[in-house]
Amino acid sequence: MEAHVATPGGAPSIFEGAPGARAADRVFRSVLTALALGILALIVFFFVFLVVKANPALSRFGIFGFTFNNDWDVSRSTYGAWPLLVGTLITSGIALIIGVPVAIATALYINELCPRRLRGPLTVLVELLAAVPSVVYGLWGFLVLVPKLKGAQQSLADTFGFLPFVGGHVAGPSYFIAGLILAIMILPIVSAISREVMSTVPADHKEAALALGATRWEMIRTAVLPYSRSGVVGGAMLGLGRAIGETIAVTLVVGNAPQIGKSLFDQGYTLAAVIVNEFGEAATDRLHTGALIAAGLVLFVLTLLVNAAARALVSRAERRQRATGGAVPAGAAAAARVGA
Amino acid sequence: MTALPVISARRRRTDLFARGVFAALTLVAIVPLVLIIYYILDKGLGAISWHFLSTDPTGNFLGDPGGVKSAILGTLEIVLIATALAVPIGIGVALYLVEFGRGTVLGGVVRYFVDVLTGVPSIVFGLFIYTGLVVTHTLGSFAGWKGAVALALLMLPVVTRSAEVVLILVPDSLREAALALGAPRWRVVARVVLPSALTGLITGGLLAVARAAGETAPLIFTMGSTLPTNFDPFKQMNSLPVQIFNDVGQAQDRLVTRAWGAALTLVAMILILTLIARTLARRSRLT
Amino acid sequence: MTGDGFAASQTAAAAGEHGLSRSPQTRRPLVAQAPSASARPTKAARRVRLEGLDAYYGDNHALRGLDLEFEPNKVTAIIGPSGCGKSTMIRCINRMHEEIPGARAEGKVCLDQVDVYDPSVNVVAVRRAIGMVFQKPNPFPTMSIFDNVASGIRLSGASRADLRDRVERALRGAGLWDEVKDRLAEPGIGLSGGQQQRLCIARTMAVDPEVLLMDEPCSALDPIATLKVEELLADLKQRVTVVLVTHNMQQAARVADSTAFLLDGELVEVGATDEMFTQPKDSRTEDYVTGKFG
Repeated sequence: MEAHVATPGGAPSIFEGAPGARAADRVFRSVLTALALGILALIVFFFVFLVVKANPALSRFGIFGFTFNNDWDVSRSTYGAWPLLVGTLITSGIALIIGVPVAIATALYINELCPRRLRGPLTVLVELLAAVPSVVYGLWGFLVLVPKLKGAQQSLADTFGFLPFVGGHVAGPSYFIAGLILAIMILPIVSAISREVMSTVPADHKEAALALGATRWEMIRTAVLPYSRSGVVGGAMLGLGRAIGETIAVTLVVGNAPQIGKSLFDQGYTLAAVIVNEFGEAATDRLHTGALIAAGLVLFVLTLLVNAAARALVSRAERRQRATGGAVPAGAAAAARVGA
Repeated sequence: MTALPVISARRRRTDLFARGVFAALTLVAIVPLVLIIYYILDKGLGAISWHFLSTDPTGNFLGDPGGVKSAILGTLEIVLIATALAVPIGIGVALYLVEFGRGTVLGGVVRYFVDVLTGVPSIVFGLFIYTGLVVTHTLGSFAGWKGAVALALLMLPVVTRSAEVVLILVPDSLREAALALGAPRWRVVARVVLPSALTGLITGGLLAVARAAGETAPLIFTMGSTLPTNFDPFKQMNSLPVQIFNDVGQAQDRLVTRAWGAALTLVAMILILTLIARTLARRSRLT
Repeated sequence: MTGDGFAASQTAAAAGEHGLSRSPQTRRPLVAQAPSASARPTKAARRVRLEGLDAYYGDNHALRGLDLEFEPNKVTAIIGPSGCGKSTMIRCINRMHEEIPGARAEGKVCLDQVDVYDPSVNVVAVRRAIGMVFQKPNPFPTMSIFDNVASGIRLSGASRADLRDRVERALRGAGLWDEVKDRLAEPGIGLSGGQQQRLCIARTMAVDPEVLLMDEPCSALDPIATLKVEELLADLKQRVTVVLVTHNMQQAARVADSTAFLLDGELVEVGATDEMFTQPKDSRTEDYVTGKFG
């Protein structure tokens, strides 16, 4: 089987002898190849179009100036995306800090600790979080979480006011709430990938630890966590990529204030949110539209970097395990399932 | 004297503590789902009625706000078109990857791009279509079919990835058996490979549909929004996510209630699709 | 402590001292009598006794009412065709059996007087006292040679001061020290298969177990590596009671003081190894050891 996989096209020589079939197969093969190439071309085409349409803003402020100027003011037609970029990073950072430990704990609990009967139901419940649409998270966050957590946020801000980036008056919508919603939204993907990677830990190693007289937790610490570390980190980064690009839910709860907040409980803005909010008013203003599309480009590049790193980590973790067999990496199946 | 060594209390406590923490955090992970479903049912169930499902939103500031008929029908139509685009293309690309692309440079590049697409935020797909098709006024300005294309782009990597996973599971021995009988490759694919992977392919398709059905951002930039029911994909169309998004920000209770009702409708549609997909997936794993 | 292992087993064999028997009265307590310095175990290990042991995988009844006793400081080999329950039995002794989903065991496994299946017994303590070496060498892939051996010691929170000594002692005990002493920091999976298996033995012995379970420890090794492990057994039994599952009858004949033959989850026969192979009492044993089936 190994040799067969290694042959490009994998066509055994057996049917080389049937000329009619060969012609039909050539067509079949060309069509599929054209399809694959067409996808590549389409993506490149769209990307080029984005760059062209973003050009009015990029040439006016420069790529560097656009990205790092801390000044986004529509009324003065000044577009520096730094406050948006920072807002995106803050909210995604909060999402990681809250969401990743919970996701990993969930993965460990489901894979290694929980009674077998609970496994299936718990998995489904956690992954159903991925089935709730972004706009519904936004609706819930805006109408329930923001008002209900206002008091809690204020008391947090007051209690921990001595810490940097904490304190001040809480309006309701904030980086924190956006981060919290994002944490919930990335939980299923991080958890699914972690579970998938952890389940590649060979039973051999887990049994080795148990047979040495390790408790469950010690077994997790000695055998499961070290082995799956890079895969879990990769899963967390996929979650980060998800959080960075998340739009509608964040738009509804982040407050949409185009400056860098002084505290985690201040209102802010993100790259994705600004595009949704200002897109309507910008329609007739080429510079403004260009700025929004440029913001989309920054977002695009940011997610590309994060995702490339994440994929590399996850696939490295899987290659180590599945050096043989040629199966599609487990993470891909998990990612497909939760729509990452 | 007992034959067994003593396990220190500290180790046993640490173990218990770790187990407790993991169990508690798992519970924490499930709380949001329960809360969201509770709120959607609590606030949305009241909104749902035959009137709600069978009338278009009126757009009136006063009086009857109307229902979500056009949004439901719009979502169904758009998702249907998107599926018709994304599923065949996605499976085609997966077939290329599995049947011809293994170990080739082009196969590697295509797979990498599919991975890249998976990570692209949905709003960027919206911008793709906006700059590529809306601004250029290709066949009109905002239109339903453009929203469908955006959703199809979003679904494509999900379909391809999940299709690749199941296609590669079709044993090579099965392919070789058919090829050894002298069957041409396309017929082997059509008669052997695709049928044996069918359940898996349907599952992947359904999951992609579930994902696309809830997307909002790409539609805002591509489809515009309109209140009356419209089946013509070359004009602007309404959709559930966009309807919800537009209603949330309104200060009127009646519109907010409509948003909850629409959310319940949307979540119910997606959950049903997801559960069907999962049941199919489980069945295909069992056989 | 090394080197005199073979002498010990020969002495024992010559004295007609067959480690395992179902009639305890014929057994002379080795330690009390201490016939000679070379035969004296360096540490009196413990006796393992199975009483009416049943094991299941779901509905599959894999072990049927097993009664068997393993003498302290002896090597007992378990032989039988594949699927006869050898591995299941050995995994029941340190309660690894129950780690397999749907698997359960009933009956008693006594370590001296303590039933390891007693509800008051901590399973972690059981495995601490009854070490296990697996079929496939399974060093922790993320750990160095040193850390692999130290991993068990660290779990029990032993003082860090003598960690190095204990690791060295364990590696010497596994006959591995001279081969790895200059590369203790390298990953354990960099070693050859045979070295990995001896590393696993060192890891298991480092926590000073009472009993050593070996589940076909040589089935993945080449003949030379196999021989090294077999040589080790003579030393190891000076400190522990060894239960060795093997599908290799020559191996059982070479290293075991006594041998038990299992068939279809039942004990067919048990006795001194040379008797089992030369004059078995049961015709099924005879068929098996003469290669008629299996």
